[in-house]
Amino acid sequence: MSDRIFGGIGLILAVIFTWQASIIQESFLTDAVGPKTFPYLIAIVMGLASLYFLLKPDPEPDWPRAGRLAEIGFAALVMFAYAQALPELGFLIATAIVAGYLTWRLGSRPVESLVIGVGTSVGIYVIFRLLLGLSLARGPFGF
Amino acid sequence: MELMSNLADGFAVALTWQNLALALMGCFLGTIMGALPGLGPSNGVAILIPLAFTMGLGATPSLILLTSVYYGAMYGGRISSILLNIPGDEPAMMTCLDGYPMAQQGRAGEALALSGIASFVGAFFATCGLVLLAPQLVKVALLFGPAEYFALFALAFATLGGISSTNQAKSAFAAALGLGLAMIGVDTQTGVPRFTFGEVHLYDGIDFLVAIVGLFALSEVFIFLEHRGTDQDISTKPKMEIGRIVPSWALIRYCIPTMGRTTVLGFIAGVLPGAGASLGSFISYSMEKRLVDKDGTFGKGDPRGVAAPEAGNNAAAGGALVPMLALGVPGSGTTAVLLAVLLSLNITPGPLLFTQNPDVVWGLIAALFIGNFMLLAMNIPMVGLFTRVLLVPPRILMPIVAMISFVGIYGISGSSFDLMVMVGFGILGWVLRKLDVPLVPVILGTLLGNEMEVNFRRAVNIADGDYSVLISSPLTILLWTIAAIGFVLPILVGGLVRRRMRMARDAEGGVRD
Repeated sequence: MSDRIFGGIGLILAVIFTWQASIIQESFLTDAVGPKTFPYLIAIVMGLASLYFLLKPDPEPDWPRAGRLAEIGFAALVMFAYAQALPELGFLIATAIVAGYLTWRLGSRPVESLVIGVGTSVGIYVIFRLLLGLSLARGPFGF
Repeated sequence: MELMSNLADGFAVALTWQNLALALMGCFLGTIMGALPGLGPSNGVAILIPLAFTMGLGATPSLILLTSVYYGAMYGGRISSILLNIPGDEPAMMTCLDGYPMAQQGRAGEALALSGIASFVGAFFATCGLVLLAPQLVKVALLFGPAEYFALFALAFATLGGISSTNQAKSAFAAALGLGLAMIGVDTQTGVPRFTFGEVHLYDGIDFLVAIVGLFALSEVFIFLEHRGTDQDISTKPKMEIGRIVPSWALIRYCIPTMGRTTVLGFIAGVLPGAGASLGSFISYSMEKRLVDKDGTFGKGDPRGVAAPEAGNNAAAGGALVPMLALGVPGSGTTAVLLAVLLSLNITPGPLLFTQNPDVVWGLIAALFIGNFMLLAMNIPMVGLFTRVLLVPPRILMPIVAMISFVGIYGISGSSFDLMVMVGFGILGWVLRKLDVPLVPVILGTLLGNEMEVNFRRAVNIADGDYSVLISSPLTILLWTIAAIGFVLPILVGGLVRRRMRMARDAEGGVRD
């Protein structure tokens, strides 16, 4: 079933891709092939492959239970939030929070997670900012 | 004798303090990354590319650092295979078969040292092979026009799934997805934006580094989140005694014929498109088993069964560099990532690389030779140190991997948008892995998409819009034929090869991710 859904999504993707390719604004100075042909070829390959999944799906993969799925989704949300918060909070604070969260979800005890989170953040800061001189995000406190 | 003078020039480039230090650092980091389950050569190199980039290293130094990581990871993969019966990376899978039984007999140290020597033999002679073969391939590649290149790229995609590919439709889908992603951004030839949905951030296209780090490194973090606390969780394995770490000379001599044969075989497997290191170690092991296993000791801790796959996979790793450097078309996942290194440094690999940037090529090759000796020196006496790294539990390691990925990408662009795209790729990578869709064609597609289209359009434009030019010359017909065979063959015989590989694994109760 998963493969059929995947095939369906792939097919929709191929159609959207074709549609988007068809509305590419061609400039008057175009070559013999133009900017649309190659995308059309890609869409054909994608569409054919998706059709194959629809008709001949593989055995069902081992999906995690709903709780685990939520776990992964939530971790992704935290990472999205991290991307947004990085310039606001600065590298050290944001990274300590996210690293602490991830290690907690991967099985560390709460207090331990706090230590690991701060340790990871400070460790990376020391190695990459102080030793290697990389530019990391600066927050309101300059770090 | 042009070869020797080239090589001497290369050593002159590689033998600076900075480059030696980078090679040492790369070998060390690479061995650790290879040893840690969940971090393989592709992930390891992927995480480090943005860092090398933001540290402001030049082309040759970055390449030396990252290929040292690549070679180091190939050495390191065996450590967890032998001690934990979990391959540190995919090519080290076959090393579990005899390495773990040896460790159970209290001969872990011997197995580690012997596999270190086998890795050295494989990698060293494969680097020699690279020196000899790559310039020859360059001569052929100079005959290539745009139509031939287009066919060559198609060949690379068709064969990338490899002989053991489970589902060619999924490989094709992955390639199309990658190529489609590469199309995003302003068209290089006419200057019109494509697939940008009016989003300014997308006008430059999607940075392939963002895609690579997301797909390889972040998706691994999600995999670990998924498997925490289940029997696929590796932190629950018992610890293993190492024992003596110096193998006797008699043992080494006993394995020399095996190493010799498997080095040659592994190198060939590496050079051929679509085979790569995993297959190199697999066919090396099966061939040795058929040739010398008269008493049925393979799979029960036969030292030759440790030497064979290790020599094979390291030789294949060297062999895989031949098409990557000479043609600009990688044959395996990690070489695809190395191609990303070259492209992000504005170096176009391929035949012109050898004439335009000889210092890069020969400096790299010299660094590989030096790195090999470093790795041998590191891996025999210091193997105890690396085994201790295995004690770092994933719950500490994976957050570090995730955070370093963010640091690298943020360092390049300083943009939150790129970070979010990277997380998106992480999720995509996790879903694709669940659905058994290979990730390497996606990467290769994003890397080569524009180049492939440029060659396609150039060929047709030169012929005034005549599409038959794509299959007109004998060389293009040959390439398309190989591509077609390479795509169809796994459908016909793939099931057989897969069954054999699975049987070999199940016989040992091996675990696979």
